[in-house]
Amino acid sequence: MEEVFRGTWVVAYRELLRFVQERSRMLSSFGMPVLFFIIFGAGFNQIIGTLTPGVDFIKFIYPGIVAMTVLMTSVFSGLSVVWDREFGFLKEVLVAPLSRTGIVLGKATGGATVATIQGSMMLVLAPIIGIALTPILVIKVVPLLIIISLSLSGLGILVASRMRSQQGFHVVVQLIVFPLIFLSGIFFPVNNVPVWLQIISKVNPLTYGVDAIRQIFLGSDSAPVRGAIGNSTPVIGITVFGHTMTVLEDVMVIAILGVVMILAATWSFNKQE
Amino acid sequence: MNIIEAENLSKRFGQLVAVVQVSLSVTEGEIFGFLGPNGAGKTTTINILCTLLRPTSGTALVNGYDIIRQRNQVRSSIGLVFQDPTLDEYLTGEQNLRFHAYAYNVPQSVRERRIGELLELVGLSDRRKSKVRTYSGGMKRRLELARGLLHHPRVLFLDEPTLGLDPQTRRHIWEYIHTLRQQERLTIFLTTHYMDEAENCDRIAIIDYGRIVALATPDNHKDSLGGDLVTLKAEDNEAAVLELKERYNLSPEIQNGVVSFCVPQGEKFLPDFVRGFRSHLLSISVRRPTLDDVFLRLTGRAIREQEADSMGQMRAMIRSKR
Repeated sequence: MEEVFRGTWVVAYRELLRFVQERSRMLSSFGMPVLFFIIFGAGFNQIIGTLTPGVDFIKFIYPGIVAMTVLMTSVFSGLSVVWDREFGFLKEVLVAPLSRTGIVLGKATGGATVATIQGSMMLVLAPIIGIALTPILVIKVVPLLIIISLSLSGLGILVASRMRSQQGFHVVVQLIVFPLIFLSGIFFPVNNVPVWLQIISKVNPLTYGVDAIRQIFLGSDSAPVRGAIGNSTPVIGITVFGHTMTVLEDVMVIAILGVVMILAATWSFNKQE
Repeated sequence: MNIIEAENLSKRFGQLVAVVQVSLSVTEGEIFGFLGPNGAGKTTTINILCTLLRPTSGTALVNGYDIIRQRNQVRSSIGLVFQDPTLDEYLTGEQNLRFHAYAYNVPQSVRERRIGELLELVGLSDRRKSKVRTYSGGMKRRLELARGLLHHPRVLFLDEPTLGLDPQTRRHIWEYIHTLRQQERLTIFLTTHYMDEAENCDRIAIIDYGRIVALATPDNHKDSLGGDLVTLKAEDNEAAVLELKERYNLSPEIQNGVVSFCVPQGEKFLPDFVRGFRSHLLSISVRRPTLDDVFLRLTGRAIREQEADSMGQMRAMIRSKR
């Protein structure tokens, strides 16, 4: 047990040391989400208001952008495993008296910490679009970001455990992970799209992470949203088999995903090296 | 006491059998060398002993711990310097060492002092706060050596510790290794394909195609050839060989237009031989055999021929460019 714990903190410590020393990395992972925010939020705000009746489209999309920042940063944290393998440092870690589970947990914790910091920094945009950034909101959102980023870091490490090159990692991320991110309801309300897209999105576990963040941000606004345009499909809160998911249920889905990912990553690691 | 005890270690990768029935024991405080061409199974054997690879069959004890069932105890007992660098180049030298100290649970009370001492030993004190990226190849290797010693290992494994380094740095590294052995009572297990480097070892196992073909002290290896090595060129080498066989009862060999054979006490043998030999001699010389000669005799090939193989060259080039 001591070896698991030491493995976790030693590996996480180094991830954070690297993060602090490479500030350019911090900026790069903001670029894409902020760009999407401007294009979709500001650009389409007037046109596609009907997609999200009762909520400004820009308010609707903002929690999705926060989620996207966290999702992308977490998944890409797996790249450090591939990087370490390419540059040999992984060997130094693997011959140390640390447990493999600890090493995977350390990578996940390190990646999740970075992702949570970046996601939290996106919160400063909230007041600009008219969402009050109350202490209660922050206290509710940040733990959620931690859970989501741990799960997605697990996914990133799982992919990385099989990859020998950075190019390989990028290919897999673009083929599997980007579709997962884009079909998770960041840009559209899952309940209001064609059925085939609904099915894909509702099978995608990331959808529930995005929905949880959105419910916390817009929870107080969601009452008028329900049934605003006659039919009663809510814009917020995913409907599965007629049941509308609560925040807690959403969190459960993403937490289960996280446990599965981290177990799978540990297993994959043990098998490889 | 034997600090390493290996019994019938074998490793196969699919069809390829990399290590075949390797058994050896290394006593405490010894410098034990693994000599062989690239691809002979040296690194695979080291990887098995340091728990990075599971053997297909056989077992080994390192510092009394089983390499399969007690992996973490083995890992705590050993220090490693690999062929390829395993440093985090974006951290400073000091940060790399500190990471290692945390990972190996070096007590906080001795940690900083130990880091300082080792950086002093390998001559990197003034560069401790520089990023490893800015180090030269030799400095990186020295830092790895310091790191491998940080947690007071009982055995230090060095896989080609001086590959790709200039002769001056190589000599320095060997000075450190000898100092360390005296200061820390350390056992050193190393692989090399440099003959001169192998001379530093107390005992050498010569390995070829995954098998240990001979294991002895450097001097005993050379004595196994039966004395000093005489090489000669005659106008007619074939005739010279025939004469050597018939009149002198020797077993000469021709390679690259040179006839060679071994005799005890070559210097004393030579004057009478030159006077009495009937074939017309063009040149003749006598010398102590080197380990290369031993290798040649045991395997029919010179290690140096192997060195020129393209893969090894490519890898060395890629390494030096990083």
